[in-house]
Amino acid sequence: MQEFRLTVGPASFRLLSEWKKPLNQMRELYAEYPAADIPDFTVRLEAVNALRRFIRPSAAINGDYMLPDAAPLPIEQGLLALEMGMNLQMALGWRRQMILHASAAERGGKALIMTGESGSGKSTLSALLGINGWRFMGDEFALIDPVNGEAVPYPRLISLKNEAITAMQDGAADIRFGPLMKATPKGDIRHMVPPADAIAQMSKRANPALILFPRFGHDPAIRDMPPSETFMRLTQASTNYVALGEQGFEALTGLVQNVPARALDYRSGEEAMELVEKLWEELA
Amino acid sequence: MTASPEKIRYRAEPSGALLIRPLDAMTLIYHRASGITHMVTEPVPEILEAMAGDALDAAELATRLSETFDLGGADDAAAIIADRLAELAELGLVSAVRG
Repeated sequence: MQEFRLTVGPASFRLLSEWKKPLNQMRELYAEYPAADIPDFTVRLEAVNALRRFIRPSAAINGDYMLPDAAPLPIEQGLLALEMGMNLQMALGWRRQMILHASAAERGGKALIMTGESGSGKSTLSALLGINGWRFMGDEFALIDPVNGEAVPYPRLISLKNEAITAMQDGAADIRFGPLMKATPKGDIRHMVPPADAIAQMSKRANPALILFPRFGHDPAIRDMPPSETFMRLTQASTNYVALGEQGFEALTGLVQNVPARALDYRSGEEAMELVEKLWEELA
Repeated sequence: MTASPEKIRYRAEPSGALLIRPLDAMTLIYHRASGITHMVTEPVPEILEAMAGDALDAAELATRLSETFDLGGADDAAAIIADRLAELAELGLVSAVRG
């Protein structure tokens, strides 16, 4: 098996694959990320059976933590399979911080946390902020330190879906992208390498100052969200709230008591950016 | 013979067993023994506070609550509180006291 080791924020991974191509793609896209001596997690891409390695090859995602019914992906989507495997290890195995299924960006030492359903646009918004004067901290997981409440960056590759792919391709000239993967289980997907400052500062934490619940495709509107509703939504957005026990409770109550939260409806990235800037000005 | 619900005495979990955080209209209660977070509204936090460390039945608790809160002279206060106590017992936040 081929091997590639990398570190993303506080977590480190050992990726193993029976195929060279997806690992080479990962090596290229994660070139600026530090290597890992002692990895926290291992992710393996393995042939579903021996013949499948050669005939219509299909890769099963295995690792320290696994979903028994995770469907194998065609090997052309091996890069996506590795990313999914890394996400799974974090979601099921990470205990050092509270994990929120959320994106995050930093400005002036303070962090904006954005969470929402798939399709809410949280990933695209964090990518847009990252090329417009903010430091991108992550598009998938916001990690909250249970001791001091700080947001810990997890700037993995940005996973752009469907229309967001063209929007970002047109947005900036010097962005590096992975291969376009069409018709994956999550639609068309193309990974984007985070801006250089996001990678260079992946150990630099920030205090959360605003929590947003973006929702794409609705007339622009901003709604105050009371702490109890924020709490309830964030427990649903956390993959390890229950596992962290009392620490998780203290971390999450601290977050919702100290940080303002708003629901944000928008129709375009441009509109969302304007509203985010306005709210940041008022509240952060 | 089963005791009438209003005659059952309950004791709240000791104060150290619960982490209580009022937020807005809702209050969060983390139950250390079970690791479960409960999101409750009034009168649950008020009931738990009024019970302090004592074993009380619904009528005794109604009397105690009426010292602080206006129960509206409701004759059925004890019956309502008995229902709430039974619910809290199911959540493990109070326990029925035998004997």
